[in-house]
Amino acid sequence: MSQLRDYAEEAAGPGQRTASRRLTVGWQHAGRPADLREHYERYGPLPGAGRRGRRGLVDVVAAAGLTGRGGAGFPTGTKMRAVASGRGPAVVVANGMESEPASEKDQALLARAPHLVLDGAVLAAQAVGADTVHLCLERTRDWQVDEVLRAIEERDQARLDPIRLLVHELPRHYVSSEETALIRWLNGGEAKPMATPPRPFERGVQRRPTLVDNVETLANVALIARFGPDWFRAAGHPDCPGTMLVTVTGAVADPGVYEIETGSRVGDVLAMSGDRDSGSVLIGGYFGTWHATADLERLPMTTAGLRPAGASPGAGVIYALPAGSCGITEAARILGYLARQGAEQCGPCMFGLPAIAEDFAQLAKGRPEGDPLQRLARRMPVITGRGACRHPDGAVRMAASALTAFAGDAREHAAGRPCLGAHRRRHHSGGPPIPRPWAEDEWR
Amino acid sequence: MAMTQKLRLDPTACTGHGLCADLLAERIELDEWGFPIILGDVPPGLAAHARRAVRTCPALALELLPPEDDSRHDPREERARHRGHDS
Repeated sequence: MSQLRDYAEEAAGPGQRTASRRLTVGWQHAGRPADLREHYERYGPLPGAGRRGRRGLVDVVAAAGLTGRGGAGFPTGTKMRAVASGRGPAVVVANGMESEPASEKDQALLARAPHLVLDGAVLAAQAVGADTVHLCLERTRDWQVDEVLRAIEERDQARLDPIRLLVHELPRHYVSSEETALIRWLNGGEAKPMATPPRPFERGVQRRPTLVDNVETLANVALIARFGPDWFRAAGHPDCPGTMLVTVTGAVADPGVYEIETGSRVGDVLAMSGDRDSGSVLIGGYFGTWHATADLERLPMTTAGLRPAGASPGAGVIYALPAGSCGITEAARILGYLARQGAEQCGPCMFGLPAIAEDFAQLAKGRPEGDPLQRLARRMPVITGRGACRHPDGAVRMAASALTAFAGDAREHAAGRPCLGAHRRRHHSGGPPIPRPWAEDEWR
Repeated sequence: MAMTQKLRLDPTACTGHGLCADLLAERIELDEWGFPIILGDVPPGLAAHARRAVRTCPALALELLPPEDDSRHDPREERARHRGHDS
């Protein structure tokens, strides 16, 4: 994991409201997770003791306008209300899987402020009438599991929570962090996405109404419970208030995790992390889209703000392509990774993604057989929308955006004239991170 | 107005036998890997063929939804509202 970066208000330039410190309070001093004492010093004790008080939290979260921080951006209060009004006792699932290779923000949050996440999970559980929180983490990150278990042990000794906190270690796959994959796994199945309704809020773990929330979302619930909706709305964009954690990697001087106010412009986020004049970015993670930096820098990094450019912030991920690198080559690497990371459940994904990944690989190498651009134009729309989950759609969106953002390069590559960056690739390692293969058949 | 019916495919169940595309060529074609693409809703005139395609599917992956059943919405619309990995 690259180092966590702290930054000052002025880093964004005078008058700009990019930086704000809420989730990341005290991170610059700590090389370890905050224990309970430190956590209370930062934020004060858990508020609203007593069951009735915490039930009212659903309305408070709705009034705060909190939206999900896992990528979908759905209003958290609405989801909590749906779970709370479901039949029978509810369940809370805290999603700390962070399977997006270019994202590190959930790992950073759990590594520095585990109690904020656990507070939020417990508060959310009490608010929706759940007696159990399932925290889902990735199996390969054993240090993270140890740290979180230590934090829970600390809470147990302090007799803090009337809620059961269970930690689960799920297998590592790109699609295993999808909410239906978590439910399926928690119900004893494989960590693969499911196709059909009901959605988790209707019927999830043990067929109960289930609230699945990203760990950063839950950390914000803990802040809202303490400081109220008006305080929460004082930062960020009115449509999706507050702050968000972003991960900026690639050709920037200070790669890492930053806390920004929602609505901050992409250009300011890049400037804050020391962008060295990258010409292109991948925004929104590996299901995201490639763009010329100039086309994005003035846009706010929100779902609505990026929509005109056909982009989305995803879970707050920006990768800046180093100058001189070949976008087609990097897109081909990502597509190859995504093609290997499918759940092998649906034909269009199992066969379609490897097919377009091969087209892209030929393109990247500049050794085309036939016309890969023509094949891609035919194949990509056929794959989209036909899987049980959105894995094939996301992969195709990323690939298609590369063909648009790097259209000139794509034509040259297709004509057997790959750019210099494609060759240089072998000699540097500044590309988007591709996780090493790990137990690819292990789904349980 | 004549009632049309929706075809629903469970992509996780489908193994690409391709019989459906033979029996209901008017509404189903196969992609280059042999997996069905549903081209549109089924009008009354094709309903008998559609039912046969549903019955014949060896993977039980195809379903013909009753006309005008609002309680069974399209899962794709659901998913569109739940974009991303979670919220």
